[in-house]
Amino acid sequence: MSIRGKAYIGGIYEHPARKIENKSLAQLHAECAKGALEDAGLTIHDVDGYFCSTDAPGGLGGINMIDYMGLTVRHSDSTNTGGSSYLYLVAHAAEAIAAGKCSVALITCAGFGRPGTIVRELDSNIPDTPFEMPYGPVTVNLYALSAMRHMHEFGTTSEQLAWVKVSASHHAQHNPNAYLKKVVTVEDVLKSPMISDPLHRLDCCVVTDGGGAVIVVSPEVAKRLKRPMVKLIGAGESPKGQMGGKVDITYTGAVRSGPIAFAEAGVTPQDIKYASIYDSFTITVIMTLEDLGFCKKGEGGKFVMDGNLISGVGKLPFNTDGGGLCNNHPVNRGGITKIIEAVRQLRGEAHPLVQVKNCDIALAHGTGGSLSTRHGSATLIMERE
Amino acid sequence: MVTPYQDRKISDPKFNYGDEPFFEAATKGKLLVKFCNDCGQYHHYPRALCPFCFSDKTEWKEATGAGTIYSYSVTRVSGPVPYVIAYVTLQEGPTMLTNIVECDLDTIRCGQKVQVTFKHSENGTGIPMFKPA
Repeated sequence: MSIRGKAYIGGIYEHPARKIENKSLAQLHAECAKGALEDAGLTIHDVDGYFCSTDAPGGLGGINMIDYMGLTVRHSDSTNTGGSSYLYLVAHAAEAIAAGKCSVALITCAGFGRPGTIVRELDSNIPDTPFEMPYGPVTVNLYALSAMRHMHEFGTTSEQLAWVKVSASHHAQHNPNAYLKKVVTVEDVLKSPMISDPLHRLDCCVVTDGGGAVIVVSPEVAKRLKRPMVKLIGAGESPKGQMGGKVDITYTGAVRSGPIAFAEAGVTPQDIKYASIYDSFTITVIMTLEDLGFCKKGEGGKFVMDGNLISGVGKLPFNTDGGGLCNNHPVNRGGITKIIEAVRQLRGEAHPLVQVKNCDIALAHGTGGSLSTRHGSATLIMERE
Repeated sequence: MVTPYQDRKISDPKFNYGDEPFFEAATKGKLLVKFCNDCGQYHHYPRALCPFCFSDKTEWKEATGAGTIYSYSVTRVSGPVPYVIAYVTLQEGPTMLTNIVECDLDTIRCGQKVQVTFKHSENGTGIPMFKPA
């Protein structure tokens, strides 16, 4: 069974706030749900499936939020692969819809950000933890390890990494809600403080509060909605780890999730008019673009230079909302916003100054966890109908 | 630029059942690696079941402690002192997450030869790290 054409994105919503001090976590999830339902033209009573990750309060697979929102659902699911969870959840919601288990699936993501330079307490029982935590792994240095090796093997430079941030900032200047709206130069990135070699502060995504929601619906429901039809045509997912010590941190799980999604969609990277690429750090984008086949392995640095990712300038417009690098990275999870901006592009509802012309096929990719230890990759391909 | 190595507070490893031999050996100054008697391959981090062939005939072997830096990063702002997180590929084959210590942190390079050394966490547990060979 394929999910190709079996599900549509009916509603999207990105919470406009970036710093939130006066709302509960449950309220924030519910506000995101309300926003996406209003966007779709649906009500909370239409929802018959709820999907969330561990940012939802309670940790019991969404049952606390289902109760809080007064939902009666016939299908629910929870997946945690960090920031890529929501791309997994869109695919899983489509699978559930294709199997007839629900017809209006609500996915929420919301919460409060924490700096990526603090060690996060992990549960005991995790098998890798005793062999890693004593060494001070934090989000930024685990991505820096991949960047350093990529530079060593392929000659990728700090200037090339900086171009990813520069491109994101060109888009963010048009987004009134973006956390960082100022256009930056390659020099600005290189002059920003070194956080963990070779990643400067401006190679890192923002830390924000907020969230978003996505409604996935059956074809029958999609036809009833007075919204542009955005069809899911391909999805792929793949975790990647340390492979028992045969460590190779120069590639990501996108080498598997990408081909699966492209094969299901029946399209190639050349068909993609717009790409939302997970941008926890600049290196994440360069490696992901290579692994998805937008350029050859090792040539991601060259590919992103000279504005090649800037809408209206380059060949592959990316993250036209400003991405996680400039716009929003709510609760340290940039997956939901990747889906949302891809849908805006397909609907023709992106900001006019970054809207891609004739945007008929778009891709969204998520990378959750840590690039150099364990992460979950997920790729979605969507088509405007 | 010179960034001298400084000792930092190391959190105690919260190890799980089966991990004790690794840390008991490290406390005595020995680095152990898990070896599979069925497929003949070393792996890391250590498991009861081989991650390559799923055999349960795994056993601890003492490593030479010689290795090569696969990748590294000087983490400059996370803690009270800068420190180097790294992947080191052991002579036996597996690549392990570790720290590079006892050197000018700005001289570290991918491909550099290193040798195991041991630091201690707050409760005195030995933690294998590496210094230039």
